[in-house]
Amino acid sequence: MARITAGVATSHVPAIGAALDNGRSGDDYWRPVFAGYDASKRWIAEQKPDVIILVYNDHASAFSLELIPTFAIGCAESFNPADEGWGPRPVPVVEGHPELAWHMAERLILDEFDMTIVNRMDVDHGLTVPLSLLFGQPEAWPCQVIPLAVNVVQYPPPTGHRCYMLGKAIRRAVDSFPKDLKVMVFGTGGMSHQLQGPRAGLINSPFDNAFLDRLVDDPVAQSKVPHIDYMREAGSEGIELVMWLIMRGALDDKVHVAHRFYHVPASNTAVGHLVLENAGA
Amino acid sequence: MTERDYHDIPGTVVFDGEQSRLGYHLNMFCMSLMQADNRATFKADERGYLARFPMGEDQRQAVLDRDWNRMIALGGNIYFTSKIAATDGLSFQQVAAIMSGVTQPAYAQMMLEGGRSIEGNRSKKGRAIG
Repeated sequence: MARITAGVATSHVPAIGAALDNGRSGDDYWRPVFAGYDASKRWIAEQKPDVIILVYNDHASAFSLELIPTFAIGCAESFNPADEGWGPRPVPVVEGHPELAWHMAERLILDEFDMTIVNRMDVDHGLTVPLSLLFGQPEAWPCQVIPLAVNVVQYPPPTGHRCYMLGKAIRRAVDSFPKDLKVMVFGTGGMSHQLQGPRAGLINSPFDNAFLDRLVDDPVAQSKVPHIDYMREAGSEGIELVMWLIMRGALDDKVHVAHRFYHVPASNTAVGHLVLENAGA
Repeated sequence: MTERDYHDIPGTVVFDGEQSRLGYHLNMFCMSLMQADNRATFKADERGYLARFPMGEDQRQAVLDRDWNRMIALGGNIYFTSKIAATDGLSFQQVAAIMSGVTQPAYAQMMLEGGRSIEGNRSKKGRAIG
């Protein structure tokens, strides 16, 4: 049977991808950011997941304002890196897992999560930067990836509670897949950041660290935090953090923290990162 | 404008339904800049290219002026307007510096020192009270 063994949370700052792609990851500015992922790279190389369900948001790359799905699951064989205005990132094509993705789509919809099914979609930095942070610069990504795109650009995004409950439903869906697969769930985006207007550059380290604590120890309480608190305290783009609750919902109630990292700044953003293992895995 | 709790957040425009309706054509113009040939056409004749999109004259002028805060006020969303910035060869951080009214080096230094503090930046009402 398929099983979810662990979850990874990470920011997906585009400048991190650009630093890696342009050979600047060893610069004084970027070295501490990448160093925060060294232990996680070793961990995931040992763990060897078969499939990653990667929760992220599209940033006006695959979805414009013509169509704004709240939750979309990528069921295609593969997904190309998106051209975000500078040409596509020089990273491998992302191989999907259509059989598990379709199984999830069916289970989730019958479990009353009305997913949008996507058969053609380019994936932007929201999805590829987390892969780069965990796997570096391989010829091909070492596992298959199911993109799960969440709208956090057009207000309102789904509530934290809805995200947490979707995580629980993802767990049920994966647990019922009959093939033996080792699955991880990534929750990406955040942490505190604001990219627009006179308040651009906002960082709130106390909020971020309290969020990291509560995501681990009391995700139910964190899932009840309303949008206004994220937008006010963590910046208008900090609301991406609700996506981490999807990852957390897919794990056991009690988890082991294998790694935790926090760093300011990466361009405009606070970088947060967690590796969480299911106790029974 | 319908009263919302987030209108109290200083220096911030939340991209809600009202803003999205206002900015639809402005944002779809930005989206067109995802294609290299459109970027070239825009750069060759900005006003002519903008005329193809049924947006307001104030929105066109804000684009021509690269008035990033005005674009946001008129319904632009940062992930869309950043495509104009990319066309101009500007980074997110350069545009963030302009929007917050400081030079790029000053903005970069602020970020190195931990970013813009939340203290004093939570609430318009809170500010008024002191």
